[in-house]
Amino acid sequence: MTTISTPDTPPTLIEPGSDGRFGEFGGRFVPETLVPACEELEAGFRAAWADEVFRAELDVLLAEYAGRPSILTECHRLGEHLGIRLVLKREDLNHTGSHKINNVLGQALLAKRMGKRRLVAETGAGQHGVASATAAALMGLECKVYMGAVDVERQELNVFRMRLLGAEVEAVHSGSRTLKDAVNEAMRDWVATVGDTHYCLGSVMGPHPYPWMVRQFHTVIGSEARAQCRDRYGADPDAVVACVGGGSNAIGIFSGFIDTTSRLIGVEPAGGAAVGRAAPGVVHGMRSYLMQDEYGQVAEAHSVSAGLDYPGVGPEHSYLASIGRAEYPTVTDDEVLSAFELMAATEGIIPALECAHALAWIVREAPAMAGATVLMNLSGRGDKDVAQVMQIMSERSTGPAS
Amino acid sequence: MNIGVEEYLRRQRDAGRKLLVPYLTGGYPGWQDAVRAAVAAGADAVEIGIPFSDPVMDGPVIQEASQVALNAGITPPAILDELPGLDIEVPIITMTYYNLVHHDGEHRFADRLARANVSGCILPDLPLEEAGPWCEAADAAGVETILLAAPTAPDERLPRITARTRGFVYSVGLLGVTGEREALAATATELAGRLKAITDVPVLVGVGVSNAAQAVEVCRVADGVVQGASVVRRLIEGGADAVGEYVAEVRTALDTAF
Repeated sequence: MTTISTPDTPPTLIEPGSDGRFGEFGGRFVPETLVPACEELEAGFRAAWADEVFRAELDVLLAEYAGRPSILTECHRLGEHLGIRLVLKREDLNHTGSHKINNVLGQALLAKRMGKRRLVAETGAGQHGVASATAAALMGLECKVYMGAVDVERQELNVFRMRLLGAEVEAVHSGSRTLKDAVNEAMRDWVATVGDTHYCLGSVMGPHPYPWMVRQFHTVIGSEARAQCRDRYGADPDAVVACVGGGSNAIGIFSGFIDTTSRLIGVEPAGGAAVGRAAPGVVHGMRSYLMQDEYGQVAEAHSVSAGLDYPGVGPEHSYLASIGRAEYPTVTDDEVLSAFELMAATEGIIPALECAHALAWIVREAPAMAGATVLMNLSGRGDKDVAQVMQIMSERSTGPAS
Repeated sequence: MNIGVEEYLRRQRDAGRKLLVPYLTGGYPGWQDAVRAAVAAGADAVEIGIPFSDPVMDGPVIQEASQVALNAGITPPAILDELPGLDIEVPIITMTYYNLVHHDGEHRFADRLARANVSGCILPDLPLEEAGPWCEAADAAGVETILLAAPTAPDERLPRITARTRGFVYSVGLLGVTGEREALAATATELAGRLKAITDVPVLVGVGVSNAAQAVEVCRVADGVVQGASVVRRLIEGGADAVGEYVAEVRTALDTAF
């Protein structure tokens, strides 16, 4: 997974030490109560990740339950339209419909190995909540999912899915009532239940070891994609593009290309651009770029996509931005909705609104990349978003700006 | 002149008094009068919360008070500017979350506290391993950093916490966030006992000490209590008078029992 770095080669994946740092980012800024739990988790993960039996068990689950490896699909019609070769890594075809399953299977298996009987999770769009509930059902663990009240409303169907899967879903009414507040509430739960509960965090964020551990569970995306690209095209793509909220699907696919010359592009929503504003802050256990006001109060993110409605970003992304290895442009909600429709109409694939961010950037930048091979992580399917998009379209068709 | 937290609390303790530190959310309507009322009713120090947008260690009551203050546009400097004018004769301790410090810069924030007559500071999301830069800045500014010890800490961790804490050691009463509970958790006295066995620094129990009877119970082992949610609830429901009455009730219970 990791290769030896020399000054002449591009950077390689960082394996953080006990301080949990990616350069000056990361760390473990948690209440005292959680320090021993984070240490226990770090030790548990290090041991499990080095254990062939654990890895083999996880590989079987990924293959026979999640449906890995996920395929690579070339978008011939859309590619022709854009003047590029557009290739999708189809994480949307995994069981539960997104890349999130890679991480939750790993964490649930680890939780069992560590003797925990209960999972708590936060969720934004509901993808991670559904994935956590799924893994809990599969492994016989109790599961409680915290979800911002605003998101509960706009992702009603996912709430029902989680309940169907046996999870308890609690709407969070504090703060901005979105993903960041769901994280706060999940951490509060964990503070009170740390003895028998594992916090199944859904992205490459939070206190050490989460950003590193969650990345490791998602490196399967990048290692598959790299081999698939080389096998099919005989080369690495010119650009690797993914959407970024916390950044787990992005880091997963980036991990396969970090030591290549491929451009790495993490696309943030214009209303949730943590990296773009480049102000380091500390929240949710980590030091990373963070949207905040002049006093350090965390700002509210705004995005059409609940899964990207997050004012922070995983610390490794801050690190990759700070060393110039990856770029983090933004796209607007309007660009996203156009891209969402474009992919459905030209390829017969309805992307998650999150992934439509990546496509929106590709559509905008395609004229400057004529002939290039662009690999996009299609990290989730858009079924969950159809009702919301239908509503937005009908509002627009009756509004003055249609 | 700032009153040293540890110096003051040791003197009170060594005179045979159990220590009572009420917490009040800065910026909540009427908080200044509530602080004065708490001191008049027998507080040995006061803890002033500087509201943060994402208070992970706080339960519903303190979250609500913080949100009211934030919605009213209260800023950290606005709260600090009020402190010298409170004119109280016990140490002032601030409680906030690390990002407000980090954003301002460690030294700048520590100096800001010192200028505002603040003697101590509690940052519940800054554990020992990450506390180094802040502790140095606070030491340099003469602000005492009070560290928390949690029931989950293994034995080897506690001496490192008691060695680095200043003012007192904040012994977390239970596994959970701030808020009132019907009964005192067994962890409250257990951890206080573990800490008393290894340090002479005052040991105060906070989080989940919800009324006068629980304060008395925990002070059979500990040197004192920090009371947060139970005080803030009175502030929300009945203003400064209710805070004063409640603090007086706890004070009387402690003085009667010990």
